[in-house]
Amino acid sequence: MTKIEDFKSDDPIAWCPGCGNFGILSAWKKALAEMNIEPERILMVSGIGQAAKLPHYLRCNTFNGLHGRTLPVATGAKIANHELTVIADGGDGDGYAEGGNHFIHAMRRNIDISYFVHNNQIYGLTKGQASPTSDEKMVTGTTPEGNTLCPERPLALAVASSCSFVARGYVGEMEHLKDLMIKAVSNKGFSLLEILQPCVSFNKTNTYDWYKERVYMLEDEPHDPFDRPKAFHKALEWGGKIPIGVLFQCDRQPYEELAGLVENAPLSQREREAKDLERIWDEFN
Amino acid sequence: MPEKEEKTTTCDVSIRIGGEAGQGMKVISGLLGKTFLRQGLWVFNHQDIMSRIRGGHNYSQIRLSSSSIGAPSSEVDILICLDKNTLDLYQDEMDGLIIYDQGKWEGKGPGGKKFLSIPLEEIAKEKGGDVRMANSVASGAVLAVLGLSLDPLLGLLEESFGSKGKQVIEANKECARTGYQHAQDKFRGKKLCENIRPEHDKQKILVTGSEAMALGAIASNIRFYSAYPMSPATAIMEYLARKQKDLGLLVEQPEDEIAAVNMAIGAYFAGARSMTATSGGGLALMVEGISLAGMTETPLVIVDCQRPAPATGLPTRTEQADLLFIAHCAHGEFPRAILAPSNAAEAFYLTNKAFYLAEKYQIPVFILGDQYLNDSSWTVKTFNLENIFRGRHSLVPGKEMKDWPSYRYKRYELTGSGISPRILPGTSRQVLYADSDEHTEEGHITESAEVRKNMVEKRLRKSNGLIEEISPPRVFPDNEAELYTVSWGSTFGVVKEAVQHLRNRGMNVGAIHFSEIFPVKKDVIPREIIEKSELIGVENNATGQLAKLLRMETGLNIEKRILKYDGRPFLPEELARQIEETTGDGK
Repeated sequence: MTKIEDFKSDDPIAWCPGCGNFGILSAWKKALAEMNIEPERILMVSGIGQAAKLPHYLRCNTFNGLHGRTLPVATGAKIANHELTVIADGGDGDGYAEGGNHFIHAMRRNIDISYFVHNNQIYGLTKGQASPTSDEKMVTGTTPEGNTLCPERPLALAVASSCSFVARGYVGEMEHLKDLMIKAVSNKGFSLLEILQPCVSFNKTNTYDWYKERVYMLEDEPHDPFDRPKAFHKALEWGGKIPIGVLFQCDRQPYEELAGLVENAPLSQREREAKDLERIWDEFN
Repeated sequence: MPEKEEKTTTCDVSIRIGGEAGQGMKVISGLLGKTFLRQGLWVFNHQDIMSRIRGGHNYSQIRLSSSSIGAPSSEVDILICLDKNTLDLYQDEMDGLIIYDQGKWEGKGPGGKKFLSIPLEEIAKEKGGDVRMANSVASGAVLAVLGLSLDPLLGLLEESFGSKGKQVIEANKECARTGYQHAQDKFRGKKLCENIRPEHDKQKILVTGSEAMALGAIASNIRFYSAYPMSPATAIMEYLARKQKDLGLLVEQPEDEIAAVNMAIGAYFAGARSMTATSGGGLALMVEGISLAGMTETPLVIVDCQRPAPATGLPTRTEQADLLFIAHCAHGEFPRAILAPSNAAEAFYLTNKAFYLAEKYQIPVFILGDQYLNDSSWTVKTFNLENIFRGRHSLVPGKEMKDWPSYRYKRYELTGSGISPRILPGTSRQVLYADSDEHTEEGHITESAEVRKNMVEKRLRKSNGLIEEISPPRVFPDNEAELYTVSWGSTFGVVKEAVQHLRNRGMNVGAIHFSEIFPVKKDVIPREIIEKSELIGVENNATGQLAKLLRMETGLNIEKRILKYDGRPFLPEELARQIEETTGDGK
C-alpha cells in the first residue's frame, strides 16, 4: 500500500502562503495514496504557471514543459506507454488560453488522461493579468479599465466536445475534491477536472469567502451526468450559484482502445527485428 | 549490327508526360518507371506540379538509363501529350518524338516525322471500356517506341490491379497490348533502347525521397509519428499510416504542428522512437518545441521538406532556403544536428543516423529534404540493414538499474561528455523530473547562478562528441581541380553530372558536396583546396545559405555563387553552362 508520505518531494515549495494550490496538492496526495499507485507508475505533465509547479512538489515522474503545451506532451507520453497513469496539470491561462486548441482536440481524441485545471481566474505567475475565465469588468494589470471580454465557460465547451468526464471541484471542499480526483483517474478516457482555487495575492474578487457563498454540490440534488442538455445548463451556471461535482459523462471508447494500443505491449517497449523488414522493400521492386 | 556491339549498347532517354491535373501522368510514370526498373535499367522520375487538383498544366518526367543516374535531364526524347495544351506548349522546342491522341483534335492533328498519333482514349474505350485505361495504352505504346519488351508491363498491371479483379486486369493488359501493337505498326523512327537486354536486378528499388525517409524511420524502430499535413511532407505520413497496423507503430494527425512536435517529444520522453515532418511554415510553428527538446534533453527527429517560401510560397515546388532558419531556429543556445540527404539512398541512411544522434546526444536532429528530393523517384540499391544503427542509445540498461537505491536518479547528472544517462518513466523504482525551466541535476526548477552556468556548459559540451560524428563533405576529384562547386543536399546528382560533363570537355572542375551539415568543423574544407582552388557556391536559394553558414562557422568566404530560386530544381546541362559562364570559360 502506498502512503501519503511516499509522495513527498524534497523540492521546496515556492507558492504564496495561503495559496489554493496547497489544498490541491494535499487532496492529490491523499487521492494517490488511496488509489495505491506507486510514484514510478505516475507521470504528471504540466505547463507553465503557478499550478504547473505542482508535480515538483510530489514524488512522481514529471515533464514540466511549455506554457499551453501540456496536453500534446501528455498525449504523446500516454501513446508511448499506455500503462502509465498520466495526469496533465496546469492553470486557466495555460489550458484555456495558450493551450485552448489542444484542449478542444484532446477532448475529441478521448485518450485516457486526467486533466486538472486549477482555475483562479487570474495569471498568478506573471503577477496579476486577466485570464480567459476572468469575470467581466474585472480590473487587472492588463485590463485597468475592466475586462471587456466575455469569460470562457470551459465546462460548457467540454460538454459540447463530448468530453467523456467533466467535473468541477473546489479547494475549500477537500474530501469532495479528492473523491473527484479519484473518479477522474478511474474514468477510461479524457477527464476534465476543473478546480476552483482562490489566488490570495492577485485576485481580490474571487476569494475563499466569495466561493463559500456560491459553491454547492451536485450530489445534493438529483443530477444525472449522462443527461447532456441538463449538464450543459449546469456547465453555464456561474455567478449566483456555482455547481461542483460530476457535471457530465458520456460513454466513449478511449483512443488507446480504438488505436489498438491496449492489446499489445507499450510502444516504448517494442523492438523491430531485421526479419520484420525483409519484405518491406518488395513493393518498390 | 555485329553482336559484340549490341551487348555494349547504352541508353539514356527522357520521357515527359504532360496533361491537366487529374489525368494520371503520375500513374503512367509510375507504371513505366517500374517497368524499366524490372528490365534492369536505372530510373529517375520527377514531377512538375501546379498547386491544384484539376486542370492547369502538370507533367511527370521519366529518365531511364543503362547506367546509374541521380538527376533529371532537360533534353526530352519522347513527349506524351494527354491534352492539347501540352502539345501546344512544347511542339516547337521539341526535337524528339511527340505522341498525341488523335481523338483530341477536330480534323487532322499535326503530322510529320516527329509526331506519332495514337487513339489512346478510343483504344481504352474499345478494349477496356474505360477512358482511364488510356494510361495503359500509352505505357504500351512507349515500350514499342523504345524497342523494349511488353512483358514486364503486363506483369506489373496484374500486380497493380490485383485487388480490382480479373476483368480489370485483363482489360488493362489488352489496352497495353493494343497500344504496343499500334505503335509497333506505325512508328518508323529509331528505337532508342532496342539492343538493351539487361537482366531484372533484384538489388535495385525505385523509391521517392519521402518513402526512403519513412523506410529509414521504420528500420530505426520508429513507433510514433505525429504530423500535420503539409506539402511536400505529407507523403511520409501517408506511407507510415498505410504501414502502421503491420509494423506496430502509431500515426497521429493532431490539431496543428505545435501539437505534433510536442506529442513527438512526449512520446520520445516516455520511450517510443518518434518523428515529425513538415515544411518550413509548419516548422516555424514547431520552433518553441524544438527549444523544449533542447532544454529537457529529449531526443527528437524533425524532417523539413523545404518548399519555396516566405509564407505559403510555392506549395508544390522546390527550394533549399530553410538551412539558416534550421541552423538557428528556437530561443536559447543548445546543440543540434542538421543532415541533408543527397538522394533517396541517403534519405534512408541519414534518417537512421538522425535517430542515432538524437538519442545518443538527447538533442533535436533535423533532416532537410525538399520537394525535389521527396517527391522524385530514385533508383537505389536495396537498403543494407547490416550497416545501420540499431538498438537504444544513452539509455541505462534495466539490469543496471536494479542495483540503484530507490528514487535517487538524477535526470541531468553532470558528466564529462555532457550526456546524462536516460531512463524511461515506469521502468524502475526511480522517478524522473524533466523541466523546461533551468533545473538542477535532479530536474527541479532553480535560479542558482552556479547551477545555471554548469547546465549551459553541460548541454553545450555534447557538441564535442557530436561534431566528430558528422561526416565530411564529398570531394571529387580529391584535390587537383582548379575550381570546386560547393553544394548541399538534393542537388548532388545534378552537380555530379554537370561536373562530369565539364570534365569530359576538359575543364578542370570538381565538387564539394555536403550531406551532413551541422555542427560544422573549422577545417571542414581541406586547407589545400582553399589555398589552391577557386570555390563557387551552388544552391537552390537566392542568397547562398550554405556559403553564409560556412563563413560564420569557419571564416571561409565563398564569393561566387550560382543560385536558382524560381521554384524549379537545377538541371545538369543548365548548371554546366552556368559554371562555364561564371568562370569566363563560356564559349
